[in-house]
Amino acid sequence: MTAALLAVIRRDLLLALRQRGDVVNVLLFFVVVVTMVPLGVGPELSVLRMIGAGTVWVAALLASIVSLARLFALDYADGSLEQMLLSGQPASVVVIGKILAHWLVTGAPITLAAVPICVMFDLGLESTGTLVAALGLGTPALSLIGAVGAALTLGLRGGGVLVTLLVLPLTVPVLIFGAGAVDATAGGLSPAADLLLLGGLSLGSAALAPWAIVTALRISLE
Amino acid sequence: MLQAIDLECVRGDRCLFQGLGIELAPGQCLHIAGDNGAGKTSLLRILAGLLSPTQGTVLWQGQDITRTREEYGSDLAFVGHLNGVKDELTVLENIRFEAALRGSDASTESALAALIRLGLEDFADVLARQLSQGQKRRVALARLCGAARARLWILDEPFNALDARAVGSLYALIEEQLAAGGIVVLTAHQKVDLPADALRLDLLSRAFA
Repeated sequence: MTAALLAVIRRDLLLALRQRGDVVNVLLFFVVVVTMVPLGVGPELSVLRMIGAGTVWVAALLASIVSLARLFALDYADGSLEQMLLSGQPASVVVIGKILAHWLVTGAPITLAAVPICVMFDLGLESTGTLVAALGLGTPALSLIGAVGAALTLGLRGGGVLVTLLVLPLTVPVLIFGAGAVDATAGGLSPAADLLLLGGLSLGSAALAPWAIVTALRISLE
Repeated sequence: MLQAIDLECVRGDRCLFQGLGIELAPGQCLHIAGDNGAGKTSLLRILAGLLSPTQGTVLWQGQDITRTREEYGSDLAFVGHLNGVKDELTVLENIRFEAALRGSDASTESALAALIRLGLEDFADVLARQLSQGQKRRVALARLCGAARARLWILDEPFNALDARAVGSLYALIEEQLAAGGIVVLTAHQKVDLPADALRLDLLSRAFA
Protein backbone atom coordinates (compact mmCIF):
# COMPACT_ATOMS: atom_id res chain seq x y z
CA MET A 1 0.00 0.00 0.00
CA THR A 2 2.87 2.36 0.83
CA ALA A 3 4.47 1.40 -2.48
CA ALA A 4 1.28 2.37 -4.31
CA LEU A 5 1.10 5.67 -2.40
CA LEU A 6 4.70 6.49 -3.30
CA ALA A 7 4.11 5.49 -6.93
CA VAL A 8 1.18 7.92 -7.21
CA ILE A 9 3.14 10.77 -5.56
CA ARG A 10 6.14 10.12 -7.82
CA ARG A 11 3.97 10.08 -10.92
CA ASP A 12 2.14 13.31 -10.08
CA LEU A 13 5.38 15.10 -9.18
CA LEU A 14 6.89 13.94 -12.47
CA LEU A 15 3.83 15.19 -14.33
CA ALA A 16 4.10 18.53 -12.51
CA LEU A 17 7.76 18.73 -13.51
CA ARG A 18 6.90 18.06 -17.16
CA GLN A 19 4.18 20.74 -17.04
CA ARG A 20 6.19 23.25 -15.03
CA GLY A 21 4.19 26.12 -16.49
CA ASP A 22 1.08 25.13 -14.57
CA VAL A 23 2.89 25.08 -11.24
CA VAL A 24 4.67 28.37 -11.84
CA ASN A 25 1.40 30.00 -12.96
CA VAL A 26 -0.32 29.16 -9.67
CA LEU A 27 2.55 30.62 -7.69
CA LEU A 28 2.60 33.76 -9.85
CA PHE A 29 -1.17 34.05 -9.45
CA PHE A 30 -0.70 34.05 -5.67
CA VAL A 31 2.07 36.65 -5.76
CA VAL A 32 0.23 38.92 -8.20
CA VAL A 33 -3.05 38.84 -6.25
CA VAL A 34 -1.26 39.71 -2.99
CA THR A 35 0.73 42.50 -4.67
CA MET A 36 -2.44 44.13 -5.98
CA VAL A 37 -3.69 44.88 -2.45
CA PRO A 38 -0.97 47.31 -1.23
CA LEU A 39 -1.18 49.04 -4.60
CA GLY A 40 -4.92 49.51 -4.18
CA VAL A 41 -4.98 50.33 -0.47
CA GLY A 42 -2.07 52.75 -0.49
CA PRO A 43 1.18 52.88 1.50
CA GLU A 44 -0.26 53.48 4.99
CA LEU A 45 1.79 51.01 7.09
CA SER A 46 -0.67 50.59 9.94
CA VAL A 47 -3.44 49.63 7.51
CA LEU A 48 -1.18 47.20 5.63
CA ARG A 49 -0.08 45.58 8.88
CA MET A 50 -3.70 45.05 9.81
CA ILE A 51 -4.86 43.46 6.53
CA GLY A 52 -1.63 41.62 5.65
CA ALA A 53 -2.42 38.19 7.05
CA GLY A 54 -5.99 38.16 5.78
CA THR A 55 -4.87 39.15 2.29
CA VAL A 56 -2.26 36.41 2.14
CA TRP A 57 -4.83 33.84 3.25
CA VAL A 58 -7.45 34.91 0.71
CA ALA A 59 -4.86 34.79 -2.06
CA ALA A 60 -3.67 31.34 -0.93
CA LEU A 61 -7.27 30.17 -0.92
CA LEU A 62 -7.91 31.44 -4.46
CA ALA A 63 -4.62 30.02 -5.74
CA SER A 64 -5.40 26.61 -4.31
CA ILE A 65 -8.86 26.59 -5.89
CA VAL A 66 -7.51 27.67 -9.28
CA SER A 67 -5.00 24.83 -9.22
CA LEU A 68 -7.44 22.23 -7.91
CA ALA A 69 -9.59 22.45 -11.02
CA ARG A 70 -6.94 20.36 -12.75
CA LEU A 71 -6.33 17.86 -9.94
CA PHE A 72 -8.57 15.14 -11.36
CA ALA A 73 -9.74 16.68 -14.66
CA LEU A 74 -6.78 15.60 -16.79
CA ASP A 75 -6.71 12.05 -15.42
CA TYR A 76 -10.44 11.86 -15.94
CA ALA A 77 -10.22 12.99 -19.56
CA ASP A 78 -7.56 10.49 -20.64
CA GLY A 79 -8.90 7.50 -18.72
CA SER A 80 -6.05 7.15 -16.23
CA LEU A 81 -8.41 7.96 -13.35
CA GLU A 82 -10.57 4.90 -14.02
CA GLN A 83 -7.44 2.79 -14.39
CA MET A 84 -6.19 3.97 -10.99
CA LEU A 85 -9.54 3.18 -9.37
CA LEU A 86 -9.44 -0.31 -10.90
CA SER A 87 -5.84 -0.96 -9.87
CA GLY A 88 -6.74 -3.13 -6.90
CA GLN A 89 -5.40 -0.53 -4.44
CA PRO A 90 -7.78 1.20 -2.04
CA ALA A 91 -9.08 4.23 -3.92
CA SER A 92 -8.43 6.42 -0.89
CA VAL A 93 -4.70 5.66 -1.13
CA VAL A 94 -4.66 6.90 -4.74
CA VAL A 95 -6.60 10.03 -3.74
CA ILE A 96 -4.34 10.78 -0.76
CA GLY A 97 -1.26 10.37 -2.95
CA LYS A 98 -2.62 12.77 -5.53
CA ILE A 99 -3.53 15.39 -2.91
CA LEU A 100 -0.16 15.08 -1.19
CA ALA A 101 1.63 15.60 -4.50
CA HIS A 102 -0.67 18.53 -5.22
CA TRP A 103 0.12 20.13 -1.88
CA LEU A 104 3.86 19.69 -2.47
CA VAL A 105 3.67 21.69 -5.70
CA THR A 106 1.18 24.37 -4.57
CA GLY A 107 0.68 24.60 -0.78
CA ALA A 108 4.35 24.24 0.07
CA PRO A 109 5.70 26.84 -2.42
CA ILE A 110 2.92 29.26 -1.40
CA THR A 111 3.93 28.88 2.25
CA LEU A 112 7.53 29.74 1.35
CA ALA A 113 6.54 32.59 -0.99
CA ALA A 114 4.69 34.19 1.92
CA VAL A 115 8.00 35.13 3.57
CA PRO A 116 9.04 37.92 1.14
CA ILE A 117 5.40 38.97 0.87
CA CYS A 118 5.24 39.66 4.60
CA VAL A 119 7.89 42.37 4.09
CA MET A 120 5.49 44.09 1.71
CA PHE A 121 2.91 44.32 4.52
CA ASP A 122 5.51 45.24 7.18
CA LEU A 123 4.46 42.30 9.32
CA GLY A 124 7.65 41.98 11.36
CA LEU A 125 9.66 38.88 12.12
CA GLU A 126 7.40 37.35 14.73
CA SER A 127 4.18 37.73 12.75
CA THR A 128 5.91 36.40 9.64
CA GLY A 129 6.94 33.27 11.52
CA THR A 130 3.39 32.76 12.74
CA LEU A 131 1.93 33.28 9.27
CA VAL A 132 4.29 30.76 7.71
CA ALA A 133 3.50 28.22 10.42
CA ALA A 134 -0.22 28.86 9.97
CA LEU A 135 0.02 28.45 6.19
CA GLY A 136 2.00 25.25 6.61
CA LEU A 137 -0.65 23.84 8.96
CA GLY A 138 -3.69 25.21 7.11
CA THR A 139 -2.96 24.76 3.39
CA PRO A 140 -3.32 20.93 3.58
CA ALA A 141 -6.92 21.52 4.71
CA LEU A 142 -7.45 23.83 1.70
CA SER A 143 -6.15 21.13 -0.66
CA LEU A 144 -8.27 18.41 0.94
CA ILE A 145 -11.51 20.42 1.05
CA GLY A 146 -10.92 21.76 -2.45
CA ALA A 147 -10.36 18.25 -3.76
CA VAL A 148 -13.86 17.27 -2.62
CA GLY A 149 -15.26 20.11 -4.73
CA ALA A 150 -13.06 19.17 -7.68
CA ALA A 151 -14.22 15.55 -7.50
CA LEU A 152 -17.88 16.56 -7.28
CA THR A 153 -17.76 18.83 -10.33
CA LEU A 154 -15.63 16.51 -12.47
CA GLY A 155 -16.80 16.45 -16.07
CA LEU A 156 -19.37 19.20 -15.55
CA ARG A 157 -19.61 22.16 -17.87
CA GLY A 158 -18.63 25.36 -16.07
CA GLY A 159 -17.30 23.27 -13.20
CA GLY A 160 -14.67 25.88 -12.33
CA VAL A 161 -17.11 28.49 -11.02
CA LEU A 162 -19.14 25.83 -9.25
CA VAL A 163 -16.05 24.54 -7.43
CA THR A 164 -15.38 28.04 -6.16
CA LEU A 165 -18.95 28.41 -4.90
CA LEU A 166 -18.91 24.99 -3.25
CA VAL A 167 -15.50 25.20 -1.66
CA LEU A 168 -15.08 28.80 -0.50
CA PRO A 169 -17.76 28.66 2.25
CA LEU A 170 -16.24 25.43 3.60
CA THR A 171 -12.83 27.03 4.00
CA VAL A 172 -14.07 29.89 6.19
CA PRO A 173 -12.76 28.31 9.44
CA VAL A 174 -9.28 27.95 7.93
CA LEU A 175 -9.34 31.61 6.95
CA ILE A 176 -10.54 32.78 10.39
CA PHE A 177 -8.03 30.83 12.45
CA GLY A 178 -5.24 31.45 9.93
CA ALA A 179 -5.63 35.21 10.14
CA GLY A 180 -6.41 34.98 13.87
CA ALA A 181 -3.05 33.39 14.62
CA VAL A 182 -1.22 36.36 13.14
CA ASP A 183 -3.49 38.86 14.90
CA ALA A 184 -2.77 37.17 18.22
CA THR A 185 0.97 37.37 17.64
CA ALA A 186 0.75 41.02 16.65
CA GLY A 187 -1.27 41.71 19.81
CA GLY A 188 1.40 40.07 21.97
CA LEU A 189 -0.61 36.91 22.67
CA SER A 190 0.29 33.32 21.96
CA PRO A 191 -0.95 32.03 18.58
CA ALA A 192 -0.90 28.45 19.89
CA ALA A 193 -4.68 28.04 20.11
CA ASP A 194 -5.24 29.16 16.51
CA LEU A 195 -2.37 27.05 15.21
CA LEU A 196 -3.65 23.98 17.03
CA LEU A 197 -7.10 24.52 15.58
CA LEU A 198 -5.61 24.86 12.07
CA GLY A 199 -3.73 21.59 12.53
CA GLY A 200 -6.92 20.02 13.80
CA LEU A 201 -8.84 21.22 10.75
CA SER A 202 -6.20 19.70 8.48
CA LEU A 203 -6.24 16.39 10.32
CA GLY A 204 -10.01 16.35 10.45
CA SER A 205 -10.31 16.90 6.71
CA ALA A 206 -7.56 14.32 6.11
CA ALA A 207 -9.77 11.82 7.90
CA LEU A 208 -13.05 12.69 6.20
CA ALA A 209 -12.22 14.14 2.78
CA PRO A 210 -10.71 11.01 1.10
CA TRP A 211 -13.91 9.08 1.74
CA ALA A 212 -16.03 11.88 0.26
CA ILE A 213 -13.66 12.30 -2.69
CA VAL A 214 -13.70 8.58 -3.58
CA THR A 215 -17.50 8.52 -3.47
CA ALA A 216 -17.70 11.65 -5.63
CA LEU A 217 -15.18 10.24 -8.13
CA ARG A 218 -17.13 7.00 -8.50
CA ILE A 219 -20.31 8.97 -9.20
CA SER A 220 -18.51 11.20 -11.71
CA LEU A 221 -17.13 8.18 -13.58
CA GLU A 222 -20.57 6.65 -14.14
CA MET B 1 -15.79 -17.35 -12.33
CA LEU B 2 -17.62 -14.24 -13.48
CA GLN B 3 -21.38 -14.11 -13.05
CA ALA B 4 -23.87 -11.41 -13.87
CA ILE B 5 -27.36 -11.89 -12.54
CA ASP B 6 -30.47 -10.20 -13.89
CA LEU B 7 -28.69 -7.07 -15.12
CA GLU B 8 -30.73 -4.10 -16.19
CA CYS B 9 -29.30 -0.87 -17.53
CA VAL B 10 -31.31 2.28 -18.16
CA ARG B 11 -29.50 5.29 -19.65
CA GLY B 12 -31.62 8.41 -19.79
CA ASP B 13 -35.10 7.05 -20.41
CA ARG B 14 -33.94 4.26 -22.71
CA CYS B 15 -33.69 0.72 -21.40
CA LEU B 16 -30.55 -0.79 -22.98
CA PHE B 17 -31.05 -4.29 -21.66
CA GLN B 18 -32.83 -6.09 -18.87
CA GLY B 19 -32.89 -9.54 -17.36
CA LEU B 20 -29.39 -10.17 -18.71
CA GLY B 21 -27.49 -13.09 -17.21
CA ILE B 22 -23.89 -14.04 -17.93
CA GLU B 23 -21.81 -16.86 -16.54
CA LEU B 24 -18.20 -17.37 -17.57
CA ALA B 25 -15.94 -20.14 -16.33
CA PRO B 26 -12.12 -20.03 -16.40
CA GLY B 27 -10.81 -20.36 -19.95
CA GLN B 28 -13.92 -18.91 -21.55
CA CYS B 29 -14.15 -15.96 -23.89
CA LEU B 30 -17.23 -13.80 -24.43
CA HIS B 31 -17.61 -11.64 -27.51
CA ILE B 32 -20.31 -8.99 -27.09
CA ALA B 33 -21.75 -7.78 -30.37
CA GLY B 34 -24.38 -5.19 -31.19
CA ASP B 35 -24.95 -2.00 -33.11
CA ASN B 36 -23.85 1.44 -32.01
CA GLY B 37 -25.83 2.45 -28.95
CA ALA B 38 -26.85 -1.10 -28.08
CA GLY B 39 -25.17 -0.86 -24.69
CA LYS B 40 -21.92 -2.76 -25.23
CA THR B 41 -19.74 -0.21 -23.47
CA SER B 42 -22.28 0.22 -20.66
CA LEU B 43 -22.33 -3.54 -20.13
CA LEU B 44 -18.52 -3.69 -19.98
CA ARG B 45 -18.39 -0.79 -17.53
CA ILE B 46 -20.98 -2.54 -15.36
CA LEU B 47 -18.92 -5.73 -15.44
CA ALA B 48 -15.81 -3.72 -14.49
CA GLY B 49 -17.66 -2.05 -11.60
CA LEU B 50 -17.34 1.46 -13.05
CA LEU B 51 -21.08 1.81 -13.66
CA SER B 52 -23.74 0.58 -11.31
CA PRO B 53 -26.53 -1.31 -13.03
CA THR B 54 -30.09 -0.12 -12.53
CA GLN B 55 -30.78 -3.58 -11.21
CA GLY B 56 -28.87 -6.81 -10.75
CA THR B 57 -25.45 -7.79 -9.46
CA VAL B 58 -22.09 -8.87 -10.80
CA LEU B 59 -20.27 -11.62 -8.92
CA TRP B 60 -16.58 -12.51 -9.14
CA GLN B 61 -15.65 -15.84 -7.52
CA GLY B 62 -19.10 -15.78 -5.98
CA GLN B 63 -18.70 -12.38 -4.32
CA ASP B 64 -20.40 -9.09 -5.15
CA ILE B 65 -17.82 -6.90 -6.89
CA THR B 66 -19.04 -3.70 -5.21
CA ARG B 67 -18.15 -5.22 -1.84
CA THR B 68 -14.73 -6.54 -2.82
CA ARG B 69 -13.46 -3.75 -5.05
CA GLU B 70 -9.78 -4.13 -4.14
CA GLU B 71 -9.63 -7.90 -4.65
CA TYR B 72 -11.62 -7.60 -7.87
CA GLY B 73 -9.39 -4.80 -9.16
CA SER B 74 -6.23 -6.82 -8.69
CA ASP B 75 -7.76 -9.69 -10.69
CA LEU B 76 -8.99 -7.41 -13.46
CA ALA B 77 -7.30 -5.80 -16.47
CA PHE B 78 -9.57 -3.25 -18.13
CA VAL B 79 -8.88 -1.63 -21.48
CA GLY B 80 -11.63 0.89 -22.04
CA HIS B 81 -12.64 3.40 -24.60
CA LEU B 82 -9.99 5.73 -23.24
CA ASN B 83 -6.45 4.40 -23.19
CA GLY B 84 -5.49 5.67 -19.75
CA VAL B 85 -2.06 6.58 -21.10
CA LYS B 86 -0.47 9.81 -19.88
CA ASP B 87 0.74 12.02 -22.75
CA GLU B 88 3.43 13.69 -20.64
CA LEU B 89 5.07 10.45 -19.55
CA THR B 90 7.22 8.22 -21.73
CA VAL B 91 5.94 4.83 -22.80
CA LEU B 92 8.20 3.12 -20.30
CA GLU B 93 7.16 5.42 -17.45
CA ASN B 94 3.50 4.76 -18.22
CA ILE B 95 3.96 1.01 -18.02
CA ARG B 96 6.20 1.07 -14.98
CA PHE B 97 3.81 3.33 -13.05
CA GLU B 98 0.91 1.02 -13.72
CA ALA B 99 2.92 -2.02 -12.61
CA ALA B 100 4.06 -0.21 -9.44
CA LEU B 101 0.50 0.81 -8.60
CA ARG B 102 -0.75 -2.73 -9.06
CA GLY B 103 2.06 -4.01 -6.89
CA SER B 104 3.55 -6.19 -9.63
CA ASP B 105 7.07 -6.20 -11.05
CA ALA B 106 7.81 -2.58 -12.02
CA SER B 107 11.37 -3.17 -13.23
CA THR B 108 12.54 -1.79 -16.56
CA GLU B 109 13.20 -5.33 -17.82
CA SER B 110 9.64 -6.54 -17.35
CA ALA B 111 8.25 -3.33 -18.86
CA LEU B 112 10.52 -3.78 -21.87
CA ALA B 113 9.39 -7.38 -22.23
CA ALA B 114 5.79 -6.18 -22.49
CA LEU B 115 6.81 -3.57 -25.08
CA ILE B 116 8.63 -6.15 -27.20
CA ARG B 117 5.48 -8.29 -27.32
CA LEU B 118 3.57 -5.37 -28.78
CA GLY B 119 6.33 -4.17 -31.09
CA LEU B 120 6.91 -0.91 -29.18
CA GLU B 121 10.47 -1.52 -27.99
CA ASP B 122 11.88 1.30 -30.15
CA PHE B 123 9.50 3.79 -28.53
CA ALA B 124 10.27 3.04 -24.87
CA ASP B 125 11.69 6.51 -24.17
CA VAL B 126 9.33 8.47 -26.39
CA LEU B 127 6.69 10.68 -24.78
CA ALA B 128 3.26 9.13 -25.31
CA ARG B 129 2.12 12.46 -26.77
CA GLN B 130 4.25 11.77 -29.86
CA LEU B 131 2.71 8.37 -30.55
CA SER B 132 0.04 7.64 -33.14
CA GLN B 133 -3.44 6.55 -32.06
CA GLY B 134 -2.66 2.89 -32.78
CA GLN B 135 0.61 3.03 -30.87
CA LYS B 136 -1.14 4.55 -27.84
CA ARG B 137 -3.65 1.73 -28.02
CA ARG B 138 -0.76 -0.71 -27.91
CA VAL B 139 0.64 0.98 -24.81
CA ALA B 140 -2.78 0.50 -23.18
CA LEU B 141 -2.75 -3.16 -24.23
CA ALA B 142 0.68 -3.59 -22.64
CA ARG B 143 -1.13 -3.90 -19.31
CA LEU B 144 -2.26 -7.31 -20.55
CA CYS B 145 1.30 -8.63 -20.75
CA GLY B 146 2.37 -7.70 -17.24
CA ALA B 147 4.30 -10.24 -15.24
CA ALA B 148 1.45 -10.78 -12.80
CA ARG B 149 -1.32 -11.64 -15.20
CA ALA B 150 -4.85 -10.53 -14.33
CA ARG B 151 -7.33 -13.40 -14.40
CA LEU B 152 -10.13 -11.41 -15.99
CA TRP B 153 -9.71 -9.18 -19.04
CA ILE B 154 -12.42 -6.73 -20.05
CA LEU B 155 -11.58 -5.15 -23.39
CA ASP B 156 -13.69 -2.46 -25.06
CA GLU B 157 -13.00 -2.45 -28.81
CA PRO B 158 -9.40 -3.58 -28.34
CA PHE B 159 -8.81 -3.97 -32.08
CA ASN B 160 -9.59 -0.33 -32.86
CA ALA B 161 -6.74 1.55 -34.58
CA LEU B 162 -4.41 -1.47 -34.47
CA ASP B 163 -2.39 -2.55 -37.52
CA ALA B 164 -2.36 -6.16 -38.77
CA ARG B 165 0.72 -7.09 -36.79
CA ALA B 166 -0.63 -5.72 -33.52
CA VAL B 167 -3.95 -7.48 -34.12
CA GLY B 168 -1.96 -10.71 -34.47
CA SER B 169 -0.14 -10.10 -31.17
CA LEU B 170 -3.44 -9.37 -29.44
CA TYR B 171 -4.95 -12.63 -30.69
CA ALA B 172 -1.88 -14.47 -29.42
CA LEU B 173 -2.24 -12.77 -26.01
CA ILE B 174 -5.94 -13.69 -25.81
CA GLU B 175 -5.19 -17.31 -26.69
CA GLU B 176 -2.49 -17.49 -24.00
CA GLN B 177 -4.86 -15.96 -21.46
CA LEU B 178 -7.57 -18.52 -22.24
CA ALA B 179 -5.09 -21.39 -22.20
CA ALA B 180 -3.88 -20.26 -18.77
CA GLY B 181 -7.44 -20.42 -17.46
CA GLY B 182 -8.17 -16.70 -17.69
CA ILE B 183 -11.44 -15.11 -18.77
CA VAL B 184 -11.76 -12.59 -21.60
CA VAL B 185 -14.76 -10.36 -22.27
CA LEU B 186 -14.51 -8.12 -25.32
CA THR B 187 -16.48 -6.08 -27.81
CA ALA B 188 -15.48 -5.66 -31.43
CA HIS B 189 -17.00 -4.19 -34.53
CA GLN B 190 -14.75 -5.99 -36.98
CA LYS B 191 -15.14 -9.65 -37.79
CA VAL B 192 -13.18 -11.33 -35.06
CA ASP B 193 -11.18 -14.48 -35.32
CA LEU B 194 -11.64 -15.80 -31.79
CA PRO B 195 -11.32 -19.46 -30.75
CA ALA B 196 -14.23 -21.59 -31.96
CA ASP B 197 -15.63 -22.11 -28.46
CA ALA B 198 -15.89 -18.38 -27.74
CA LEU B 199 -19.36 -17.36 -26.62
CA ARG B 200 -21.20 -14.61 -28.40
CA LEU B 201 -23.77 -12.24 -26.97
CA ASP B 202 -25.83 -10.06 -29.27
CA LEU B 203 -27.24 -6.94 -27.68
CA LEU B 204 -30.18 -5.82 -29.74
CA SER B 205 -30.14 -2.19 -30.59
CA ARG B 206 -33.37 -0.40 -29.96
CA ALA B 207 -31.92 2.84 -31.15
CA PHE B 208 -34.27 3.00 -34.14
CA ALA B 209 -37.14 0.97 -32.78
